[in-house]
Amino acid sequence: MIDAAKIEETLDVSSQTQIKPMTMNFGPQHPAAHGVLRLVLEMEGEIVERSDAHIGLLHRGTEKLIEHKTYTQALPYFDRLDYVAPMNQEHAFALAVEKLLGITPPKRAQYIRVLFSELGRILNHVLNITTFALDVGAITPALWGFEEREKGMEFYERVCGARLHANYFRPGGVAQDLPAGLIEDMLEWTDTFPKILGDLEGLLTDNRIFKQRTVDIGIATKEEALDWGFTGPMLRGSGVAWDLRKSQPYDVYDEMEFDIPVGHTGDCYARYLVRVAEMYESVKIMKQCLRNMPEGPVKSDDYKVSPPPRAEMKDSMEALIHHFKLFTEGFHVPEGETYTAVEAPKGEFGVYLVADGTNKPHRCYIRAPGFAHLQALDFMSKGHMLADLVSNIGSMDVVFGEIDR
Amino acid sequence: MSQLEALNDLADHISEELGDVVSHYEFERDELVLHVNPAEICSVLQFLKSDSECEFTQLISVCGADYPERAPRFDIIYNLLSMTHNQRVRIKLAVEEGQFIPTASKIFSTAGWFERETWDMYGIYFDGHEDLRRILTDYGFNGHPLRKDFPLSGHVELRYDEDEKRVVYEPVQLTQDYRNFDSVSPWEGITDIQLPGDEKGTVPKHGWEPTDKTVGGAK
Repeated sequence: MIDAAKIEETLDVSSQTQIKPMTMNFGPQHPAAHGVLRLVLEMEGEIVERSDAHIGLLHRGTEKLIEHKTYTQALPYFDRLDYVAPMNQEHAFALAVEKLLGITPPKRAQYIRVLFSELGRILNHVLNITTFALDVGAITPALWGFEEREKGMEFYERVCGARLHANYFRPGGVAQDLPAGLIEDMLEWTDTFPKILGDLEGLLTDNRIFKQRTVDIGIATKEEALDWGFTGPMLRGSGVAWDLRKSQPYDVYDEMEFDIPVGHTGDCYARYLVRVAEMYESVKIMKQCLRNMPEGPVKSDDYKVSPPPRAEMKDSMEALIHHFKLFTEGFHVPEGETYTAVEAPKGEFGVYLVADGTNKPHRCYIRAPGFAHLQALDFMSKGHMLADLVSNIGSMDVVFGEIDR
Repeated sequence: MSQLEALNDLADHISEELGDVVSHYEFERDELVLHVNPAEICSVLQFLKSDSECEFTQLISVCGADYPERAPRFDIIYNLLSMTHNQRVRIKLAVEEGQFIPTASKIFSTAGWFERETWDMYGIYFDGHEDLRRILTDYGFNGHPLRKDFPLSGHVELRYDEDEKRVVYEPVQLTQDYRNFDSVSPWEGITDIQLPGDEKGTVPKHGWEPTDKTVGGAK
């Protein structure tokens, strides 16, 4: 006798066939991976089910190296973390060492540091929104934006001699004073830059394709953003009004007038809007710094911490000794520890520094905002198309120098 | 009310509510540090997150630190941020090598990767972590690089082998020795250091290494 039910069961394809999700490698050499990100994706057709990020391909052991360097030698490592906005990282380290030493840099140095931190923020955001646009199909913003970025890097070069790895901030101030004419040129740039930024906005903000690729993509609610440790534009895009420059001001941020842009929707588009609005605010801060820049020294006059002027070394034996000891032995930082954070362009960049009384740090932990953000890629991309994953990575503003350390 | 006073009140509140769980607290350069029993870390984090006077809703980082000369060798440091009260607090756990620490990833999702990093760098095991793989080091890496006894140069180096047509790992061979300039001197009032010829004196705080001249031999 033929059992109809049994035949049906054997013919039922779905009960016997299990569709295995396809595993796909994304990166580590992929233009949309923003560096050396390797993602192992589990795909259900074109839908991302799970994304497992393999990071560490750019791991250089920065924290280990810093333990073997004097405090002065440790500073250049911070340029190489988030190499898109190097001085913001230096700022965190300089502030941490200053806190342990118990010194305050002179006013002019603080103004210079805020000025260049804000320039760094603009450099970072220009790079981010233009490459983000490139990822979702627009090439013109990158071409326009990079010209402005190059102008900003010229200011870097004029003040410290290097376009990227600045090594300019110091515990106790900055390495040297601004060269003649820089303030005027920067003021001129702060007038022209918002126009270019307006042009960039004209290309993207109301662009139908750009909006289709970013609106409602990668939504992180307020609760999720807090749970996953978001900071900076990622957090503000989700509607949390929080900025360390306002809430825990360092250097002269409390003397500056600026607003904190906050997004509502928590999607890729909101994060883009927050970054654009932040650039206008950064220009405002730069203008205030340039106009109100006080005269005076640019580094601490404590020769145990910062080197004496070259002229003085020519006829003062003591100055010569100080110089020699500073650049061989370095300065000693009294025992203690601190967690000091700054509002870097990508979010909260913190340094947990443990000093044991010698000339080298015992432990220097670097809290990179991108590390926490990238971790959230999995939940943000789940259920999205592969192309939307690219939008998510772009809007996260990941730079592997700081994530892999 | 100043920041420090507010932090003082907070410390009183926490030690009152949590009692013995917080073994003691201290202020380190105006930053509040709580020393917590490792087994209780989850309840402390949960309390700090949900209590209305704390509301530390964000876990900023989890990291380790190595103190080879100390009895519980490692520290685990949690940095928390309260946006409501604009305060920060640091939690420290002193742990032995091989001790299991309850994972914080059930309370703060962000702890996942930070704990993976701590495991990778220090070899501290987090109990209950769903995915405790190495994160920053190479596939198949041996050792925990941020431990103080791990050499700066590492153990292996790699090169592309033309015969085997693949990348091969070999023991590190430095053509030049690592130059560790010992420039520590009594300058700046640091006097409690080891200087050549002092081996027979008391054991100094910094830079002490036993030599064959040391009374009583090596440490």
